[in-house]
Amino acid sequence: MAPEPPLLSMSGITKSFPGVRALDGVDLEVQAGEVHCLLGQNGAGKSTLIKVLAGAHQPDTGRLHWRGEPVTLRSPIAAMRLGIATIYQELDLVEHLSVAENVHLGHEPTAAGFFVRRRAARSSTAQLLSRLGHPEIDPARPVGELPAAQQQIVSMARALSHDVRLIVMDEPSAALDPEEVDNLFRIVAGLTDDGVAVVYISHRLEEIRRIGDRVTVLKDGRAVAGGLPARSTPTREMVALMTGRNVEYVFPDRPGPAAAREGDPVLQVRGLVREGEFAPLDLQVRAGEIVGLAGLVGSGRSEILETIYGARKPMAGQVLVDGRPVRTGSVRAAVSAGLGLAPEERKAQALLMLESVTRNVSVSSLSRFARAGWIDRGAERGAARAATRELSLRPDNPAVPVRTLSGGNQQKAVLARWLLRGCRVLLLDEPTRGVDVGARAELYAVVRGLADEGIAVLLVSSEVPEVLGLADRVLVLREGRVVHTAPARDLDEHRVLDLVMDAHPVASEGSPAS
Amino acid sequence: MTQHVSPPRGGTGKAAPADRLPLWRGLTARADVRTLSLLGVLAVLVLIGGITKPDEFLDTRNLQLVLTQGSVIGVVTVGMTLVITSGGIDLSVGAIVALASVWATTVATQEYGFGGILLTAVLVGLGCGLVNGLLVAYGGMVPFIATLAMLASARGLALQITDGRTQIVTVDGVLSLGERDSYVLGIPPLVLVFAVVTVIGWLLLNRTTFGRRTVAVGGNPEAARLAGIDVRRQRLYLYLLSGLCCGIAAFLLIILSGSGQNTNGNLYELDAIAAAIIGGTLLSGGRGTITGSVLGVLIFTTITNIFALNNLQTDVQQIAKGAIIVAAVLVQRRTANTT
Repeated sequence: MAPEPPLLSMSGITKSFPGVRALDGVDLEVQAGEVHCLLGQNGAGKSTLIKVLAGAHQPDTGRLHWRGEPVTLRSPIAAMRLGIATIYQELDLVEHLSVAENVHLGHEPTAAGFFVRRRAARSSTAQLLSRLGHPEIDPARPVGELPAAQQQIVSMARALSHDVRLIVMDEPSAALDPEEVDNLFRIVAGLTDDGVAVVYISHRLEEIRRIGDRVTVLKDGRAVAGGLPARSTPTREMVALMTGRNVEYVFPDRPGPAAAREGDPVLQVRGLVREGEFAPLDLQVRAGEIVGLAGLVGSGRSEILETIYGARKPMAGQVLVDGRPVRTGSVRAAVSAGLGLAPEERKAQALLMLESVTRNVSVSSLSRFARAGWIDRGAERGAARAATRELSLRPDNPAVPVRTLSGGNQQKAVLARWLLRGCRVLLLDEPTRGVDVGARAELYAVVRGLADEGIAVLLVSSEVPEVLGLADRVLVLREGRVVHTAPARDLDEHRVLDLVMDAHPVASEGSPAS
Repeated sequence: MTQHVSPPRGGTGKAAPADRLPLWRGLTARADVRTLSLLGVLAVLVLIGGITKPDEFLDTRNLQLVLTQGSVIGVVTVGMTLVITSGGIDLSVGAIVALASVWATTVATQEYGFGGILLTAVLVGLGCGLVNGLLVAYGGMVPFIATLAMLASARGLALQITDGRTQIVTVDGVLSLGERDSYVLGIPPLVLVFAVVTVIGWLLLNRTTFGRRTVAVGGNPEAARLAGIDVRRQRLYLYLLSGLCCGIAAFLLIILSGSGQNTNGNLYELDAIAAAIIGGTLLSGGRGTITGSVLGVLIFTTITNIFALNNLQTDVQQIAKGAIIVAAVLVQRRTANTT
């Protein structure tokens, strides 16, 4: 292996989107015939990087070399022509078309340049499917009727229907059960034997150890480690690279332990459960206290927050705010009881991107500025201004459209919404996702400031240092179950990582972001 | 404890915020490129009308006619604009206008006189809107499908009621509203109704919690839900409102034509959607402008009028309408990309 020059080398790739720098000078080098793993949390830049590689995004700066030659990938077609195929996590198949039609989509075998040679398409599809170990898939069946695992095979067959030199697989094992994963690995091994390179994205460390040759770790849009040996690098080192701080975050000081203990329990959760997502959960958060939920993806973190917030209906259990039970399964009941949520996907779940900051902030408190439905816009502006000032939202002009703000300030707009509403409990789901590293410290100070005003804060984060630095008390989750509870000061990163990974040496995070 | 890093309070100085300008500057600042360009188009049309048919076009009676003709579709467009702003669509408006107009002009209804006709038209409109709203908001149906079904059913019902006949209105109180004697300061009552509906629609969208929630639901339903807005109830209300507007429009149409027909309101849905879209309302929801919609209606009715005065047939009119829709949307995309 390792013939020089490398099959692919990317250097100094940067890519910015409004409000966030998704890639900040990433290098990646892939050799023919190797399985090169990309490791990183949500928002680390994995998705952006593979989209650059697939020609779907154009990098702002940086160079790409393909077999030693400089290239630019202007479009997905350009990437495909070079021999780069991408299998996205969200499979890009057309459900109503047959397997064969999907496999040959865009390059159908034709007669007279126009008529699709359906039989030829089917037989070549059948060949590809047997090569992938799934001769039982009928090329004539609509893709929508196939189970997820077989759809993935179809997706792979499509990639192989081109003359492919490099295949990017974005969390291919996410939807597969163990036997199917074994088959996937056989396929990957077969490909590499033929000299095809595979860029393999997964958050499952044990997989990376089984099939990976080298690992590049991404964090905050940078490659924090490149070309680590996949089999011999200690798990803890990889996880630390992914979750560890590479910038000294400044965390606000905590109030003394006495202060938190004396506060009244504001949020109480009793026996809350959703089967398959999280086990019966009891927790309480006192006024002024920040409680952190640490856990990996699939540990039920976000599901817990959304269930407390009423966006999901629990099978059993109670949520109480200030001792009064809140009707579960109703966001409106939760909001009027004093709960507020800053969701993980800010743009999709919280913000009205076409609207001004003012209107984004006031949307949950409209009746406060209204008489008989008539909005006193002066009062609305004043209140929104006061709330955004208190959180030092920049720019200091709530009339600007919220889409023009940076990630951190967009998050402040969401927090200002709940501050204005006068919420008692703030649920924060990955509050620094998509927030530039430099702006995080300020956001931490804002959250602590809100807690100091007597708000109970429940925080979910996949960044262990963030939970440890910001929370007073930490609940460690594993597979939907609280496995440990302790004051944050009694825990350190390694201890939490051990707890979080105990049964499965699984690293963090899934799903595309950035 | 002690020195936790507190966020700086109070912010920086008191720079004049852009959202608190004096009224006239606020108006000019907000009368964005889009509104100005629509006014420009309207001005050009008036100019063309004035040049090609100087005597007829600028005649008071003709201008009254243009406004009167615009009033019926205008009222429908106000309701449509609100629905589209919320991310929905109402394809049934024309059919509801037809059904309301024939139901309100049956012999039985006419026995109750003016009040009976008005009340019936409004109630039929509200009833259809209620069904639309329930299907969309609580039945989980796609608005396009639910209102398409309403379109078909309401048209069918209207045909059933009339059996294809034109129902002549004999109630003097209704008919007299269309006559010149009842003009207020030279303005036909129909136009006044349109103006009132427009003002109410504008206030509703821009000054009330209802309007804010409408925009929020249209801009990002999931965010609206997680912000504590009752998205389904909001949607129900919006289709009810659109139905109400159709009922009012049906009443105006009865005054205008002195009859009720099952073919009334033909293709109103397309005219209303087109007017809203060229006015600047986003078809995907989240941004709506009543002002733009009204200008859109006026542009379309003025074109129709100028073409009629110049003896150009409806086929040419329709081609021109299509071209205008395309041009308006292209221009909007251009401006949206540059700002």
